[in-house]
Amino acid sequence: MRLLLRGHAPRWLTPALVVAAALGTFILTAGPIRLAGANPGSAYDFYLLRPLSSTYTFLEVLLAATPLLFTGLAVLLAFRAGFYNIGAEGQFIAGAIAAAVVATGLPDLPPPLALPLGLGVGVVAGSLWGLVPALLRVRLGVDEVVTTLLLNPVALLLLQGLLNGPLRNPTTQFPESARIGSGYELAPILTGHRLHWGFVLAVLVALALWLVLSRTGIGLTLRAAGLNPRAAQFSGISVGRTLLGAALSSAGLAGLGGAVQVMGLQRRLTGEVSTGFGYTGIVVATLAALSVPAAIAVATLLADIVVGAEMANRVLQLPPQMGRVVTATLLLSAVSLMLLRRYRVTFPALRRRRARAPSSAGDPS
Amino acid sequence: MNVVALIAATLVTATPLLYATIGEIITERSGILNLGIEGTMYAGAFGGFIVTANTGSPLLGLLAAVVTGMLAGGLMGLLTVTLGVNQHVAGIGTTLLLIGASEFSNRLLFGGGSLTQTAKFALLFTGVPVLEMYLLTMLGLAVVAPLAWWLLRSTGLGLRLRAVGENPEAADAAGISVERTRYVALVIGGALMAVGGAFLTLAVLGTFTLNITNGRGWVAIALVIFARWRIWPAVASALLFAVVDAAQLQLAITPTFAHVPRELMIALPYLAVIIALAVAGRGLRYPGAYLKPYRRT
Repeated sequence: MRLLLRGHAPRWLTPALVVAAALGTFILTAGPIRLAGANPGSAYDFYLLRPLSSTYTFLEVLLAATPLLFTGLAVLLAFRAGFYNIGAEGQFIAGAIAAAVVATGLPDLPPPLALPLGLGVGVVAGSLWGLVPALLRVRLGVDEVVTTLLLNPVALLLLQGLLNGPLRNPTTQFPESARIGSGYELAPILTGHRLHWGFVLAVLVALALWLVLSRTGIGLTLRAAGLNPRAAQFSGISVGRTLLGAALSSAGLAGLGGAVQVMGLQRRLTGEVSTGFGYTGIVVATLAALSVPAAIAVATLLADIVVGAEMANRVLQLPPQMGRVVTATLLLSAVSLMLLRRYRVTFPALRRRRARAPSSAGDPS
Repeated sequence: MNVVALIAATLVTATPLLYATIGEIITERSGILNLGIEGTMYAGAFGGFIVTANTGSPLLGLLAAVVTGMLAGGLMGLLTVTLGVNQHVAGIGTTLLLIGASEFSNRLLFGGGSLTQTAKFALLFTGVPVLEMYLLTMLGLAVVAPLAWWLLRSTGLGLRLRAVGENPEAADAAGISVERTRYVALVIGGALMAVGGAFLTLAVLGTFTLNITNGRGWVAIALVIFARWRIWPAVASALLFAVVDAAQLQLAITPTFAHVPRELMIALPYLAVIIALAVAGRGLRYPGAYLKPYRRT
């Protein structure tokens, strides 16, 4: 099997490949689902359709999509500039910690001061967590993949250390912080439901990012620096400064996500503030092919699977970890199939055999 | 500080890193960055545990880990060699898939949490200072490392592997199959990573816990860069990391450091690696075809 570069892909190809990736994921995961004693068809009914069928569960999907939007946009922004930020997980946790520290330390601030302060320290903490890898990359040329990755376990340890020490709940002694001051709480959008204004903030951030990336010079500079740094440098773009700016904004976005998660949903800092949102952000950005509108759709889809996996766990006794297997399989099958937009597949061995067959029949020598 | 205990703890911490780092060097020298390493170690730890729990034999468990690692390497090969997918994405995806699949199977087989203790490998030379270590540690230091060094340096396969990693066009022109060589590197490397993971379940813990690898794969990726893709410096850097880690454990129980949070002490070795990279990680010469898929044009 060999892949050959092709000039242009037919227009029907991309939608066809999306369908093929979805089908491929279904086929690949059907075996394990059956092994767990569930019917793959009804499992996928839960993963895709059930959560969207009632208002309550639909709002749960949007709630679950909120952190994924922040981390997905963070990764998208960095990847566009050619900065491989794999550390959104750590930056998300850093933002959550900072928001919780401020919101439990100064609990009596009124909302007009508390909300910008809590979200602001989240952004700053996320950026600071991304600062060292960014500086090491831009100034010294140290590979950012490794340094951002290594800081993820460190952020988790910092979180656990704070929860077992200074932030430990003074009344219950549980390893979780006290409840944040009421001024910091992002209010529910609808009464009686958990979906909070953090989701609206995420959508607004996405819109702003889309405008900046597609309608301003910054977006062009970023893409130039990412696609061909040497040519960009030659045309007068400061690639170092562009990378640094993109890396810090990316880390800040992830940190904002962490602050929103604490102020909107958890209302206190716990050890489970992130269930791998940073890594899922990479999946979001990649499946969206680094496009902002697509990232909104993908984050919603992955959130749909998360909510559906919890429902399937309750009803079908299908372990919720299957949702993560489905997500990873979808990522791998989609990136594989999307290659077909730029390459076509040939089978040289087959063609050679076919070419040889008639000639050997005609010529016995 | 108890030096004998320090050495014993160092050898235990170093072993998974030793195997994983050597495995990653072999794949990276062929031009493939395998970020699936964390997931491969995780799956190796789980695969080894599950087979040992069912057969009672850690040796069969080790074999299962090897097979798991080879399959994981094959999956990376399919993605990055045959198809030529972006290696960062393929690696992270493989890690997510393998961790998800391991935790899914764990949940399926043991419900909430498993406290099953399995048979473990025994320590050799118990009671003898310095020599007290697991068979896998001894094998890693005395057999696997020299063998990997010799393989890369002096064998035909090693030469082909490095050629494919430096200049696949030239290697292809010389009649070397780029694809097959990279698959071989990924499969061997994957097996070694999985053995590193299995060491945690089969020798250290005797059971499987969630988050068992805890970022050790990422540490191995950093050590490869620190060692500049060479086997003996990699062995040394794995031991160096382990000494810092073991010293941290030893210091944490002394009165001076008793009030320092445990988590800060655990984080120290990770921070040490980042500082080491900042000092030694500049002006590196990566393998020539690093991150580049090869396609005949």
